[in-house]
Amino acid sequence: MSKRIDVKDLNVYYGKFLAVEGVNINIDARSVTAFIGPSGCGKSTFLRTLNRMHEVLPGARVEGEVLLDGDNLYAQGVDPVTVRSQIGMVFQRPNPFPTMSIRDNVLAGVKLNNRRISKSDADALVEKSLQGANLWNEVKDRLNKPGSGLSGGQQQRLCIARAIAVQPDVILMDEPCSALDPISTLAVEDLINELKENYTVVIVTHNMQQAARVSDKTAFFNIAGAGKPGKLIEYADTQTIFSNPSVKATEDYVSGRFG
Amino acid sequence: MSSNSLTSAGASGRTGDKVFSGFALGAGALILLVLFSVATFLVVQAAPTFVANPSEVAGGEGFWKYILPLVLGTVIAAAIALLIATPVSVGVALFISHFAPRRLAQGFGYIIDLLAAIPSVVYGAWGVAFLAPAMAPGYQWLADNAGWFPLFAGPASATGKTILTAGIVLAVMVIPIVTSLSREIFLQTPKLHEEAALALGATRWEMIRMAVFPFGRPGVVSAIMLGLGRALGETMAVALVLSSGPLIASLIRSGNQTIAAEIALNFPEATGLSLSTLIAAGLVLFVITLAVNMLARWIVGRHKEFSGAN
Ligand SMILES: Nc1ncnc2c1ncn2[C@@H]1O[C@H](COP(=O)(O)OP(=O)(O)OP(=O)(O)O)[C@@H](O)[C@H]1O
Ligand SMILES: [Mg+2]
Repeated sequence: MSKRIDVKDLNVYYGKFLAVEGVNINIDARSVTAFIGPSGCGKSTFLRTLNRMHEVLPGARVEGEVLLDGDNLYAQGVDPVTVRSQIGMVFQRPNPFPTMSIRDNVLAGVKLNNRRISKSDADALVEKSLQGANLWNEVKDRLNKPGSGLSGGQQQRLCIARAIAVQPDVILMDEPCSALDPISTLAVEDLINELKENYTVVIVTHNMQQAARVSDKTAFFNIAGAGKPGKLIEYADTQTIFSNPSVKATEDYVSGRFG
Repeated sequence: MSSNSLTSAGASGRTGDKVFSGFALGAGALILLVLFSVATFLVVQAAPTFVANPSEVAGGEGFWKYILPLVLGTVIAAAIALLIATPVSVGVALFISHFAPRRLAQGFGYIIDLLAAIPSVVYGAWGVAFLAPAMAPGYQWLADNAGWFPLFAGPASATGKTILTAGIVLAVMVIPIVTSLSREIFLQTPKLHEEAALALGATRWEMIRMAVFPFGRPGVVSAIMLGLGRALGETMAVALVLSSGPLIASLIRSGNQTIAAEIALNFPEATGLSLSTLIAAGLVLFVITLAVNMLARWIVGRHKEFSGAN
């Protein structure tokens, strides 16, 4: 199920503004990759190009290739809807559908494209996904209550359950813990560790310890100055990035001596 | 004086607060006062009708016999208008908010807002001069081919001045209002939820069903209620378009009448008891509007827990 991602010479534009330039990166299947870097360097922008979510933003476009197990996401005739059903995304702010119950939130993606699912299959899938998101025990008695009634951390795990319920190949997470308390953060980090057994996970984070704790490889992005494009500076094993980076800027950033 | 410095420091900064809360309270009270005095006026003026000898009230059989067909006529016309206007308005609003290219959407939006400002006489004139004659052959066809169905029973009106035509004219009048409000609401759908749907692999239409409609539902119901208010209370357009008569089931024959149009047509010559009867009719319209609004609030409120407000 899990697939690898290879990015070749990717440029991302917002209108005429080149936001991210010349990214080449190879992300292994069944691994956790962290993107770190200063604010505004294009981490979110780049992450969104991995499942074509950037197309939702006005004026955003890309040049280059993103290969999912060798298939180019940007080849002619590829439907972004198909891409997104295989590459799921979890956002910075928890966003369960407020008018849906917890159960319906988990099933939201599964019921798309007129797919039918029997009640017993649905029940099984809800339980499996919520188990997978470490949320089952907390919500099993109130599956029919609204998802918006959960705590922030629970909502975020609900969003992760919703993302894994469609059994994607890859899960992208954009600062999934930045709105959460330390305990919820740990719960989500534990979850990410478990997810990599089945999924390819890419996570953007501002929290160095988090990157060090959860990821196998780390990519450092940087920006030369305001209005300049963001670039991938260094990409290596997380251990190497944090203990023995080969680029000075990386070392400055991870040691907090930035700017 | 005051030994506690916290108590004295707080008071000075509150003037703005006090002025504003006083103002808000005053405005609220004023609205209630106006509503109350209108209601009192209506009740006092209408009272003679309810106590009068039934044979003296218009129609000669008492007020309720007189008003019932008008109530039904009003409801039929408004129902036709909303049945047509709701899907069209929601569709157009969605097109503007989520489908049309930005430039086109803006132009479209302006045109819709302009349409909302056209006076009702103009719609009425359009209804008699253009729509009614244009509909007449269609009514004839309906009477010939679907005449067994009570709503389309013949003989069809030759002029086309029927309750169905009036309902369509009302729909056209209501559409700009409902569209304009719905569009504003759809545009405010949180990006967060739209993106949540798209990231799951939803198509645009699925995203609209998952994120836009649930968010916009209460607002759209309010918009429809405003439109309904206009449809129920419309006098000129209906008076012009409908060639009125007694209550009948067929939508394509001349006949039926609405409360508002009845009041408008008879008001100039009304005195004494007949004036009082018309005001009583107005009171009934008031009650219908209130009832429909409460029903709509109740429908929206049923799923409060899931409204996303928490
Ligand atoms: N919708 C947009 N339209 C135009 N420019 C944008 C848009 N979103 C982001 N940008 C620009 O692209 C650049 C990269 O932004 P991005 O959000 O990817 O940074 P980031 O690394 O995720 O920052 P942060 O860590 O603060 O989230 C910034 O210069 C930003 O101003
Ligand atoms: Mg970001």
